[in-house]
Amino acid sequence: MTTRLRVLIVDDEAPARNRMRDLLSDVGNAIAVDVAGEAAGGREALRFVENETVDVVLLDVQMPGMNGIEVAQHLQKLDPAPAVIFTTAYDTYAIRAFELHATDYLLKPIRAARLQEALLRAKNIPAASLESLGQLQQEPRKCLSAAERGKVHLIPVEDVVFLRAELKYVTVRTAAREYLIEESLTRLEQEFESAFVRVHRNCLVARSAIRGFERAGADAGEGPWQVVLAGIEERIPVSRRQQHVVRELSRQ
Amino acid sequence: MARSINHNAHTGALPDFRNLGILLRILLISNGIAMLAAMLQVNAVREWPNQFTGNAVLVEPFLLLSLLVLALLNDVLHRMTYAAGMALVMLVELVLAGAMCLVAREFFWEAQPDLLRLLLIVALTTGMLLIYFDLRGRALSPAIAEARLQALQARIRPHFLFNSMNAVLSLVRQEPRRAETALEDLAGLFRALMADNRELAPLAQEVELCRQYLALEQLRLGERLQVEWHVDKMPADALIPPLALQPLLENAVYHGIEPSETPGVVSINIYAVRDRLHAVLRNPYRAEGNHHAGNKMALSNIRERLLLHFDVAAELTARVGDNVYEVRISMPYVRAPKP
Repeated sequence: MTTRLRVLIVDDEAPARNRMRDLLSDVGNAIAVDVAGEAAGGREALRFVENETVDVVLLDVQMPGMNGIEVAQHLQKLDPAPAVIFTTAYDTYAIRAFELHATDYLLKPIRAARLQEALLRAKNIPAASLESLGQLQQEPRKCLSAAERGKVHLIPVEDVVFLRAELKYVTVRTAAREYLIEESLTRLEQEFESAFVRVHRNCLVARSAIRGFERAGADAGEGPWQVVLAGIEERIPVSRRQQHVVRELSRQ
Repeated sequence: MARSINHNAHTGALPDFRNLGILLRILLISNGIAMLAAMLQVNAVREWPNQFTGNAVLVEPFLLLSLLVLALLNDVLHRMTYAAGMALVMLVELVLAGAMCLVAREFFWEAQPDLLRLLLIVALTTGMLLIYFDLRGRALSPAIAEARLQALQARIRPHFLFNSMNAVLSLVRQEPRRAETALEDLAGLFRALMADNRELAPLAQEVELCRQYLALEQLRLGERLQVEWHVDKMPADALIPPLALQPLLENAVYHGIEPSETPGVVSINIYAVRDRLHAVLRNPYRAEGNHHAGNKMALSNIRERLLLHFDVAAELTARVGDNVYEVRISMPYVRAPKP
């Protein structure tokens, strides 16, 4: 049985998607490809892969809403993760970064021969590592993503109340529920430095969710500080080393 | 010299000896040199003013006489070639210096000035001044300013070019006619960008260029780009600096439309009030998620060209309002000559 490559085209511009379809049919003689579908944006692409398996994602870098790099990061949560080939018209920064991390990319307008090469390689090359994609990312992600039952669940960063490191995972708490993600708290702290603050060795809370601070324990006044957060009952202890956070944030 | 490389560049010319600014410069620099000379002649600083005053008895009459003669000869000097003019200036100065020296010896000079020394000083000072005016002329040469502006103009965002090419390629097979129109628009845009854009051009021509540009952007952005034209009160015969509007629209699309998932409106409003022409461009603005922070190139380039054409009579202002970015240009309403 010959395996046909299932390809998803992601680009915010309709003509660019049409052009890619033409090119894929052009290389059809040399390589067995099926267009699994098209998406006009990152979120649409991630919804698409919930129900369909794709082998290769042709992903535009510059898209409104969620850019291509972030989409690729979320796609890596899939098992098996599709191979990602970036497409870009002109972005010197991105191109330099791609070269640095040996990520495959195509420059628009794309030549059929180059596309064919990239697709042939995509069959054999292991998916880009989360690590290197993280380094390509210039701005904080808009969403975190958790893999659940073979699907990628997107958690908008603005919905997150706190992030707490457990043994192997990080718990992401929103007002509605919890998710487990496989990332390092330190990396998350660096990425979302403006939106989150560390109150404890193992916990970052969203600045916008902080409603106040109170003392723990029955005899109020002496116990350690706790953070009161919007939308959830749970209180987060502030560690001794992070006491200064209470002073800084209460002053505002 | 420069002449043989590029006929547009500064070809040396003597300064205008009847221009007050030039006369002042000559006086200031010559006196500066005289002060320096006085400083070199004395051993203590307190003797310096005396020495300078002493020299001034000879220096100042000579300077004033030189300026008078050069102002009288101004027309003659400017009719000659640059080299001959310089030679004549030098000759005039040396003759005057020689004459002054003889007069001084004859009448009231106690210490006999050494003729050769005096002539050498005058020759060196005159040479320095001529070199100074030549350099100054080069720095201010409008040819250089224009070349710089043209270089600035020629910059179109590569991002736009490659994305447009890609969009045209996508049309070639299914809709060849639309592809043709798009290529014609692209050609029109590049013709305008590469044209000699030094003179004022018809406003209608610039508006046509803007329409071509927006048609190309709509091709790839589709419904995301909505355009509103308010040009009913646009004067048909107005002249504006070429490419005063198109780069602003490029900014509007790049910063206001492309980074947004929802459709946005770019509006263009052009009208004349009495003898002023106004253009107002608006596009959606979002503080967050904007494209790479500010491309101020286009704004400062247009501002510079407005200044070149209208000096302080034109102005360009940009401001951020309620989710709207607005650029406003106001300039004198220059009418095209009737054919």
